[in-house]
Amino acid sequence: MATPVVELRDVTFGYGATPVVERINLHLHHGQFAGLVGPSGAGKTTLLRLILGSLTPTHGSVFVDGMDLKGKPSPCVAYVPQVETIDWNFPVTVEQVVLMGRIRHMRRVPWPSRADKDASCEIMTRLGIADKAQRHIRDLSGGQQQRVFLARALLAQPDLLVLDEPTAGVDMKTQENILHLLAELNCTGMTILMTTHDLNSAANHLPWVFCLNRRLIAAGRPDDVFVESTLNETYRGNIVTYRTNGIIFIAEQPHHHTVRDIIPHPVPGEHDDKRRPC
Amino acid sequence: MLDQLLQPFQFEFFRNGLLAALMVGALCGMIGVYVVLRNMSYIGHGLSHAAFGGAVAAYVMQWNFYIGAGLWGFAAALLINQTTRRYKIGADAAIGIITTASFAVGVALISRVRKFTTNFEAALFGNVLGVRSDDVLVIAFTLAFAALIIFFFYKQLLFITFDRDVARIYGVRVEWVDTLLSFVLAATIIVSMQTLGVTLIAAAIVIPPIVARMLTDSFSKMMLLAVVIGALNAVVGMYVSFIVDVASGASIVLTGALLFVASLVVRSLRMRAAKRAGQVASDVLLPLPSGGELFE
Repeated sequence: MATPVVELRDVTFGYGATPVVERINLHLHHGQFAGLVGPSGAGKTTLLRLILGSLTPTHGSVFVDGMDLKGKPSPCVAYVPQVETIDWNFPVTVEQVVLMGRIRHMRRVPWPSRADKDASCEIMTRLGIADKAQRHIRDLSGGQQQRVFLARALLAQPDLLVLDEPTAGVDMKTQENILHLLAELNCTGMTILMTTHDLNSAANHLPWVFCLNRRLIAAGRPDDVFVESTLNETYRGNIVTYRTNGIIFIAEQPHHHTVRDIIPHPVPGEHDDKRRPC
Repeated sequence: MLDQLLQPFQFEFFRNGLLAALMVGALCGMIGVYVVLRNMSYIGHGLSHAAFGGAVAAYVMQWNFYIGAGLWGFAAALLINQTTRRYKIGADAAIGIITTASFAVGVALISRVRKFTTNFEAALFGNVLGVRSDDVLVIAFTLAFAALIIFFFYKQLLFITFDRDVARIYGVRVEWVDTLLSFVLAATIIVSMQTLGVTLIAAAIVIPPIVARMLTDSFSKMMLLAVVIGALNAVVGMYVSFIVDVASGASIVLTGALLFVASLVVRSLRMRAAKRAGQVASDVLLPLPSGGELFE
């Protein structure tokens, strides 16, 4: 069998005495498109950072393309960070950000070569942001901003694309567009691993999911993995699933109370005889 | 009028001083771009104080000023970096502890050996007119060295300044480039000490990039503007210093402060004009970088 793009062998990592992730064994093969789901604090970002070589496991090994990382980044991996971590006031244009993706291949001089410019222009055109090349990064919509960082990652020509919450902080339509774009990239042979909090999007857009809560709870197709027992073990809550026409809906079980049990008068003046003017 | 402007040039000390101030202004503006964008505005202030400790120690040990103060300042910069990264102590706290302790070493040495207090007044408050030809050469060498480092590491420095963690993932040798920048920053502070004075370097490092930031959204343009503004500011400040007869460091910093106020006025006028024209203000001008406060 071919060497997996990512292989975690019995990986444990903790910042202190308590492990954040524990005894993780995980494989991701060439051409796979997978999502990493789990509650906040489950260790999703830590696991990504281990795969990116930003952290060294306290136990076990992380292999990328067959190479033991030992806390060093792999040249085969490109990363798209959460947009919340970006300094949007930084004086940098869209093209300048995208060109950062080519840093391993660029000349020492400060300006990009013709080949660098052509490569970045091609990627930006593919992602529909070429007309924004000279704009400041903050002047773009949420979806376009996400594409800028995706373009930077693609310019690095990686074997594996790692994305941290690419669908966070954008509206549903943009979420859908981003996931479709990633699916198109996956169809060209790109291996993709992303974290997400949106179980419904993951259920209906991702071909493979890993459920994590400190330990790897399950891995497989959403149809097989997103069942109530697994989700309840992952989220330690009351999760319900509903399947219709091949679509999975996931929600938290109602808490046996309504909003009025917590806030007796949630709409000020709603019991007044006179209706309030709009 | 022209005669009046040219009159100070007949004095060698003025020619040396002006050249030194021009180069120091450009150098501080250039390095200041990285300092301001990394939200480390206070580091110039801190490192100059740390280097003061080194300068006094060098004097006592009869070492060369530049070597003593330079090594001391570089060590302080590295120590700040390491303390911040390893022990998760905020950069402001690390700068506060390490540089003040280093300054205190200088003060303690002065109080023990009470024979050179006046020499260090120049280091504290700046005395550009006491700059000699060999000082000018050292400043020129440092400027050329800093420009070369920035030229050859421009892309790496930009990536690290924009997003340090991600730069490492993309193969940038972050720790190495950071060390290089610390070295250039320490060298900048040391060669600027005599011109601007320990207490006033911070403003020369922070004001030109902040003014430049208000004029452009592009990193490369910000860098060029900061260098030009820094140099011009120093030249104007030097003339004012000569004419009004005040300490050179103070007049350069006050000129910079006026420039900063003027740029704020221009900025608010342009924002008002944009509002009237119905544009979104941020399309015209951007706010200051989040950590760009003058003295944090």
